[in-house]
Amino acid sequence: MAFNEPDPSAPSPTQVKILIAGGFGVGKTTFVGAVSEIDPLSTEELITTASAGSDHLAGIEGKTTTTVALDFGRITIEQHGIVLYLFGTPGQQRFWFMWDELSAGALGAIVLADTRRLEDCFDAVDFFENRGTRFLVAVNEFDGAFRYDPDEVRAALGLDPRVPIVLCDARDGGSATAVLRALIRHLLVAVPSASV
Amino acid sequence: MTAGDEEVWVDAAAGPLVRPYTVTAGRTRPTVRLDLLSLVVATGRRPREMAPEHAEALACCRAPTSVAEVAAHLRLPVTITKVLLADLLDCRAMTTQARHTAADPTDRALLEKLLDGLQRA
Ligand SMILES: Nc1nc2c(ncn2[C@@H]2O[C@H](COP(=O)(O)OP(=O)(O)O)[C@@H](O)[C@H]2O)c(=O)[nH]1
Ligand SMILES: [Mg+2]
Repeated sequence: MAFNEPDPSAPSPTQVKILIAGGFGVGKTTFVGAVSEIDPLSTEELITTASAGSDHLAGIEGKTTTTVALDFGRITIEQHGIVLYLFGTPGQQRFWFMWDELSAGALGAIVLADTRRLEDCFDAVDFFENRGTRFLVAVNEFDGAFRYDPDEVRAALGLDPRVPIVLCDARDGGSATAVLRALIRHLLVAVPSASV
Repeated sequence: MTAGDEEVWVDAAAGPLVRPYTVTAGRTRPTVRLDLLSLVVATGRRPREMAPEHAEALACCRAPTSVAEVAAHLRLPVTITKVLLADLLDCRAMTTQARHTAADPTDRALLEKLLDGLQRA
């Protein structure tokens, strides 16, 4: 096992979190793997039949349980003392119990979309809109998928005109990193410049 | 992909469930509040008795490591990992740094540093 071992005496870095949401098979794991400095790690969270509500773990033992995948990646920005964590997980409403913890303190989110199944990202868009989490939509361009115009995607998703839509190839580190930059720029737009 | 296929996928991911319950003796509620980005680090103190999973967790936390990363290395669900880590915190085999404070999405300086860092990535 190869661990990145930071100097324990160093000041602890600023931790920031960006979320990657989208339907099954849209490329979340691929995306996280393409940008992460560590091999994409996958963990899981328990889902119970009683997963709704804050107390969803109480008495879990006796209930039917299953798990949902949670992708995890990391980008260390050494020169600025920042560690960016990426979490990818399905956006469907029945997984929202997980999104509560994930979205708490998140800087922003990327909703990955496959134009062949745009409806798969409706729930994620709803969640972030309701939460007030700033996000953009990244259309993962699968080979052979019909290339929609960003305006058509915007109309289909009922997106606010300010929410950016970008195209990407989740398999390509450069392309996926460009999506992260687009999200940061989107966040910056909302922040008044300090030097005015 | 139909909704039915997806059900199968979720259920297919349920394989390791028996093991976690054994490890935590059915406990699913950690005694210490931890979140995915809480950093935990081994203190060097070894508990007298521990499950192999506790030892594994200690081994991967020689440097401060996030709870999410420990879960991924142990291949255990986050909830179960939190229970194990809480055991180790309880017996002071580990410490946790102050719970991480949420980054402010309107912190211009932070966002500019991120953008700069991602430019070079
Ligand atoms: N052609 C193409 N295939 C992709 C792209 N992104 C992901 N894939 C493939 O699509 C499949 C599903 O991707 P995955 O990352 O597992 O999706 P997830 O379920 O959202 O985690 C995998 O076989 C990927 O290799 C892409 O941009 N283009
Ligand atoms: Mg996946």
